[in-house]
Amino acid sequence: MNVHEQFAEDLALYALGILQGEERVALERHLEECASCHRELEQLRGDMALLALSTAGPTPPRRARQRLMDAVAVESRAHRVSARRWWWAAVPWVVAAALALAAVVFWRQGDRQARRIAELQSESAQQQDQLQRAREIVETLTATDAMRVTLVAAKTPPQPQGKAIYVRDRSSLIFLASNMPALPTQKAYELWLIPPKGAPVPAGVFKPDARGGATVINPPLPTRVEAKAFAITVEPEQGSLSPTMPIVMMGAGE
Amino acid sequence: MSRLYDRYSSIVYSIALRVLGDTGAAEDVLQEVFLQLWRNPGVFDSSRGNMAAWLAVIARNRAIDSLRKRRPEADIADVVVSVEPDLAGDTERARAMEKIRSVLGDMPAAQRSALEMAYFEGLTHTEISARTGEPLGTVKTRIRAGLLSLRKAFA
Repeated sequence: MNVHEQFAEDLALYALGILQGEERVALERHLEECASCHRELEQLRGDMALLALSTAGPTPPRRARQRLMDAVAVESRAHRVSARRWWWAAVPWVVAAALALAAVVFWRQGDRQARRIAELQSESAQQQDQLQRAREIVETLTATDAMRVTLVAAKTPPQPQGKAIYVRDRSSLIFLASNMPALPTQKAYELWLIPPKGAPVPAGVFKPDARGGATVINPPLPTRVEAKAFAITVEPEQGSLSPTMPIVMMGAGE
Repeated sequence: MSRLYDRYSSIVYSIALRVLGDTGAAEDVLQEVFLQLWRNPGVFDSSRGNMAAWLAVIARNRAIDSLRKRRPEADIADVVVSVEPDLAGDTERARAMEKIRSVLGDMPAAQRSALEMAYFEGLTHTEISARTGEPLGTVKTRIRAGLLSLRKAFA
């Protein structure tokens, strides 16, 4: 009996996850250096996949699909929020660390620099104030409990509205929508940046809340791309790379 | 994710349901397997095998872990599955399924039973031996021969 035959039966049990104790340890040690047993293990897993197919027939209930999609949506939202919060939280610390470093360097260079430190601190305090104001603006814009009111001429029925604020040099885009019609479960709205030339650029996928409101804050965009207009289409909920007609809303720059 | 789910959810669900015998527990396995795939899309390396086979094995293992109340396997990226028939399309899978059921139908009863206890119940050869009264060596041989006979049907 050669060494591979000796392990052949244990390999089948190992693939099934039912080999234990010393036999398992010995086999794992052998697998580390035996390519042919490794290949055989992969094929035994293939045999297991075939056996799984013998059970085919039942299909999961529709609610299972919805449950998964809900969990995916919650996790992506949590991820986006935590990424944004991390950035905001890190800014004061980065500023503080830079100031501390500057203080040590300038102290060594004498009184002249000490005055400069005082100036820097004053600038930093101003920046902190600006940062605080910027944070308050963004928090108000994105607050889930914010009251959002769109004022229109009296006796006008509510219309879907979107406002895109885009700063090309910073590739920064804020989009606010209101009165957006609800969508089927597997669909979402997608915002498009329309450049003067070339294909529309995806600028964020969003689903309106129960009251038809939605925001898109700084979606990933190519650097300094010029915008002629912005448009909205209805796409599958994971978004598309090119718009699916028709365009449901559109607006050009003023 | 929704496309992957629509294509492969029934494979994952049906094996989990066969192992666990409970629709709620099978739905939990279904949710876990696809969420894991969503959180880490690189976990399946398409150059190393086909996704239907890989998902079938991952789902079976996860269902057994759940049945036996074991901690789930840590690194499913290491699970490489090599299988002969192309299981990507519905037609290929349906054809393979018929062949597998026929191989199982022709298998000696004792061999099939040992294989099913190991595969669908996650029983060790020692537990199977205790249950059937057969020697350990015989149980081991039967399990391996049962798996190999499935492969031979597609050779």
